[in-house]
Amino acid sequence: MGELRLMKGNEALAEAIIRAGADGYFGYPITPQSEVIEYLTAAKPQDRTGMVVLQAESEVASINMLYGGGATGKKVVTSSSSPGISLMQEGLSYIAGAEIPIVIANVVRGGPGLGDIQPAQSDYFQSTKGGGHGDYRLLVLAPSSVQEMSDFVPLSFDLAFKYRMPVMILSDGAIGQMMEKVELFDQIPRLTDQEVKDKYPWATNGKPKGGERRVITSLDLDPAKLEQHNYHLQEKYRTIEQNEVRYEQIMCDDADYILVAYGSSARISQKSIQLLRAKGIKVGLLRLITLWPFPTMKIQELVQKGIKGFLAVEMSAGQMVEDVRLAVEGKVKVAHYGRLGGVIHSPEEVAEALEQKIIGG
Amino acid sequence: MTEEIIIAGFGGQGVLSMGKILAYSGIMQDQEVSWMPSYGPEMRGGTANVTVILSDERISSPILRAYDTAIILNQQSMDKFEHTIKPGGTLLYDPNGISHHPTRKDINIFRVEAAKKASEMGSGKIFNMIVLGAYLQIKPLVKIENVVKGLRKSLPERHHKLIPLNEDAIHVGMKNVESMQSI
Repeated sequence: MGELRLMKGNEALAEAIIRAGADGYFGYPITPQSEVIEYLTAAKPQDRTGMVVLQAESEVASINMLYGGGATGKKVVTSSSSPGISLMQEGLSYIAGAEIPIVIANVVRGGPGLGDIQPAQSDYFQSTKGGGHGDYRLLVLAPSSVQEMSDFVPLSFDLAFKYRMPVMILSDGAIGQMMEKVELFDQIPRLTDQEVKDKYPWATNGKPKGGERRVITSLDLDPAKLEQHNYHLQEKYRTIEQNEVRYEQIMCDDADYILVAYGSSARISQKSIQLLRAKGIKVGLLRLITLWPFPTMKIQELVQKGIKGFLAVEMSAGQMVEDVRLAVEGKVKVAHYGRLGGVIHSPEEVAEALEQKIIGG
Repeated sequence: MTEEIIIAGFGGQGVLSMGKILAYSGIMQDQEVSWMPSYGPEMRGGTANVTVILSDERISSPILRAYDTAIILNQQSMDKFEHTIKPGGTLLYDPNGISHHPTRKDINIFRVEAAKKASEMGSGKIFNMIVLGAYLQIKPLVKIENVVKGLRKSLPERHHKLIPLNEDAIHVGMKNVESMQSI
């Protein structure tokens, strides 16, 4: 068993970044995520693993440092909260186009604009539908516990390098700020420069003797070539849709109704299930772990099995619910429930919403 | 066993750290724990509260609207949280600064003169540990030895010399809790 600690989600994320063998963290503080860089600075990772921690001059600088670091095959990561992530969107589009593996964490707060510093889930569209320009995807993982804030860091690096693409950990202020028990994984050693060269033949870390010059770019002025590059990206995305869908089913076996939720809303919904089952209503929870790829097939399977209705629970005005609707194809009732602007719904409110919008509605 | 607790008072009273020590104590005896603060633009003198859950099972929602126990340390928190205690649940409060005492008839009510005792002991900083002692007298969910282990884990080394004083404060709290209403 690994070391047990009581940690905030943000602290667990930071410790996991060091333990995952990251080479560099580049970030800029913003509430409710500032503990990440605070922890990383205090933990002196340069003494533990040689990892670099740098406070950049802005979020725009951080994301472009990731472009540079990731292009050399190094494990690089940043974190921020909603307004900061918006600033990074241009860089993310470039990184996706140039096929650079990076990890980015968003501890979401209420928006739009500067909004507030309370938890929200209103960045779903931005994360899953492409916040920047062009046809690209981020692989998006949604932790719903402090343990997952830690566990999803090495997983994100693995997926980022497996598919050469940006992977986002989409958290929220509640998961970032709360403390839970976390079992830390053992230190994964950083790769040496030679190991990086051997492992990643695409990395721009010096022209090999007698080898081809390596190019990493998102620019190709020849439309025929750029079309081929886009086909290649799309093919990669289809593979990910086939292989990387992750979710957890909680009490779905005998359920008549399903709550669909992720992150802190999934935790709240677990309590709502207990409240509803105490009243004799058979309800289960489909907890999304990957937001993209979305578990479309799983939802279709649940419809086939005879589920009578789905309630999408998210702290937004209704974003993820669109993907639930696309999957259900109008066959059964789908509704949305969620509080806005940093207000967190209670388990009781979610339970009432299911009764009113799905069962009674 | 699942115990859902709200601890609420002023910023600076040690509300959040009391919750943290309780959560750490739970970990020391292999329980699942969660600690969810009301974070925000809050400061010393403003209100502060934290939801702590101790359980033998996986914890569902860390965010709650109904609690088994409310530990209330100022009037604003009494106004805000008295009605959120589950019927049959427990309210523990310090009467210092409370002008509207609890009126619920369907809960167990205890009080502890923690602010007074802390000043008698010559340290306002141990106020929260007196409250914690009172709570543990009512609900002995975690062992005192595990609280001490939790303190050792959560306090920086340079503060370890204060652990005996904190232990004393816990015992003062245990001795000075009064039952006001038992259902």
